[in-house]
Amino acid sequence: MATEVLMPALSPTMEEGTLAKWLVKEGDVVKSGQILAEIETDKATMEFEATDEGIIGKLLVAEGTSGVKVNTPIAVLVEEGESVSDTPAPKAVAAVVAAAEAPASVPAQAASPAPAPVAAAKGWPHADLPDGPTKTMTVREALREAMAEEMRRDPNVFLMGEEVGEYQGAYKISQGLLDEFGAKRVVDTPITEHGFAGIAVGASWGGLRPIVEFMTFNFAMQAIDHIINSAAKTLYMSGGQMGSPMVFRGPNGAAARVGAQHSQDYAAWYAAIPGLKVCMPYSAADAKGLLKTAIRDPNPVIFLENEILYGRSFDVPTDPDFTIPFGKASIIREGTDVTIVSFGIGVAHSLLAADLLAQDGISAEVINLRTLRPIDYDTVLASVQKTNRCITVEEGFPVGSIGDHMASTIMQRAFDYLDAPVITCTGKDVPMPYAANLEKFALITPAEIAAAVKSVCYR
Amino acid sequence: MAAKKPAERSNASKDELLKYYREMLLIRRFEEKAGQLYGMGLIGGFCHLYIGQEAVVVGLEAATKDGDKRVTSYRDHGHMLACGMDPKGVMAELTGRIGGYSKGKGGSMHMFSKEKHFYGGHGIVGAQVPLGAGLAFADKYLGNDNVTFTYFGDGAANQGQVYEAYNMAQLWNLPVIFVIENNGYAMGTSVKRSTKSPSLWERGAAYGIKGEAVDGMDVLAVKAAGEKAVAACRAGDGPYILEMMTYRYRGHSMSDPAKYRTREEVEKMRTEKDAIEHVRDLLLQGGHASDEDLKAIDKEIKAQVNESAEFSKDSPEPPVEELWTDIYA
Repeated sequence: MATEVLMPALSPTMEEGTLAKWLVKEGDVVKSGQILAEIETDKATMEFEATDEGIIGKLLVAEGTSGVKVNTPIAVLVEEGESVSDTPAPKAVAAVVAAAEAPASVPAQAASPAPAPVAAAKGWPHADLPDGPTKTMTVREALREAMAEEMRRDPNVFLMGEEVGEYQGAYKISQGLLDEFGAKRVVDTPITEHGFAGIAVGASWGGLRPIVEFMTFNFAMQAIDHIINSAAKTLYMSGGQMGSPMVFRGPNGAAARVGAQHSQDYAAWYAAIPGLKVCMPYSAADAKGLLKTAIRDPNPVIFLENEILYGRSFDVPTDPDFTIPFGKASIIREGTDVTIVSFGIGVAHSLLAADLLAQDGISAEVINLRTLRPIDYDTVLASVQKTNRCITVEEGFPVGSIGDHMASTIMQRAFDYLDAPVITCTGKDVPMPYAANLEKFALITPAEIAAAVKSVCYR
Repeated sequence: MAAKKPAERSNASKDELLKYYREMLLIRRFEEKAGQLYGMGLIGGFCHLYIGQEAVVVGLEAATKDGDKRVTSYRDHGHMLACGMDPKGVMAELTGRIGGYSKGKGGSMHMFSKEKHFYGGHGIVGAQVPLGAGLAFADKYLGNDNVTFTYFGDGAANQGQVYEAYNMAQLWNLPVIFVIENNGYAMGTSVKRSTKSPSLWERGAAYGIKGEAVDGMDVLAVKAAGEKAVAACRAGDGPYILEMMTYRYRGHSMSDPAKYRTREEVEKMRTEKDAIEHVRDLLLQGGHASDEDLKAIDKEIKAQVNESAEFSKDSPEPPVEELWTDIYA
């Protein structure tokens, strides 16, 4: 009986990958545990082992094929004396071959577990980008380029964190930085967030400009005393004598099915603290422009990334001096009927919702806040004065959310312009569940956003 | 007090002894005055006095050079005076006035001096330990030979982040001296009620960090130990741990009735181990100074402290605009 070997999922967020290399050929006898192939995810090249014994009857996907979806048959194992022709051809083969023949210029993108088609990340008007040439890159590449450029610019900028050096980054954000800058400036730490965050704050007082990578902001909970009590408050407590010029960065919020302790969005927590600045990029241009600004800023900056966005591609200005100022939101899609205010991955959901709404004749304006402290009230208020309706979108918990704060600001400063109450769309008020269906319910979706918009439009 | 005997006390010069006498006396008189101003309602909130522990900071400061750094906890007045910060600016910070080191916005627990390389003044027990290691990280990165004195108490010695810092400090050979000021009590909990370890400095051995216990009531012993630790750190052989066996005469803070120890215990330390009396005896017995000489110094110090108290009362409260400054650089 022939067995199909399927493209494996090798990380929580992987939906497709590249079959980099076959280590077996047709006719080879394989044992369970034997390495069959090297598969490239957006984070790493992984070895893929056989789970069954048999003979390689046929390799269905050629070496070098990118965009191979998880669970696509990539090979057929047969038993002794059996041949592939004895078994019906796997259904998915044709589709895979088509993918293999697609032009190489189509970038392999890590897809979202949320129902967001990859293509949605592209194609929107880039009203928020300056004029000039751009190139397409992933959020991951943009973050890396921002750090590398700033490290070349200032010898006192250094990166520290778990697995940032020799491992090349748990999410490959720091890939290649150790080679270029050496172990003095790309510092691998033990797993000791409280301790290394404190060391980094002290180093910032000693004249350096640390970038602290947290493998996820969930782990920064161990370090939050130093972030808030040591980094954010010292300039004030010292009467302006010494501040903490540094960046705390890493993935924040839900990835895909990593459970309650690895899925929290901390945007509202950090945005509540005077003395901190808080960024939450959506696009690769946001990621690059904001991270460069963050590294140059003389204050402690919280830089909240998103694992699902890491692999998505966007146009980024090639100008090496391209930066994005803090406190300047972008109107990422113009509209006339309703204002959708969001940030981070919420912008992706909001753009999809705007697309759904357009089919129903509702024109939604989507604002990407980009920074949450300082926060650009003026852009939001001006939009609300035009559309007279507003909803906010974020992944975090509902109580004390950024949306709550924005809604109260709109109420206080634009009450007479509102034709409907502001609705705050957030993650559900539950710890993140593991089960795939429950996790989908816990997260904010484009359909929920569209429903909220219809509600404020009384449709 | 299982500390070792002071080394070669007779070798200390007259000038050296007079310097220590003067500096320790300044701290004691300053703290007494702060206690008085607290009682008068001029100083508010928490106020942790350093009386009894003066030899630790004075002895260690004698081992420093320009550019060396120091960071400590909320019991910080002594450290600031010992590193040369102006008593007027410290006292005015205690009274919450614009003339204070932090313009009145930090208070007793949060003062800093960039000029004197004093990095606070930290109210979260143990937090200053990785911060101090970080200052040393910067010195090493920048390639100078400065060291950082990171002070913490026997109470902080039970915080996990101390050991996270120990591990990285040793892993990266940071030029940091961890100074455990073991005054016997973490607020009201004695060391024997909080730890099973026979000594606190020996915990560094788990990380391969050298260290020793020192008679923290003997300024000459403190200085000698400090010099040894500093030499190791400057030679790239850091970090180093010094456990200073010391004692605070006053309560944990001004509001502490200190019911957890006997009056006899405090009296015994005051009469048998007092650091200032010790140097006073050395000065008198060595024929370096007469009673009259020391009285003249006492008078001078008292005047200096009174001047700082007057300044701290006369300096105005910070203007309301200060509420909104220094949040961002």
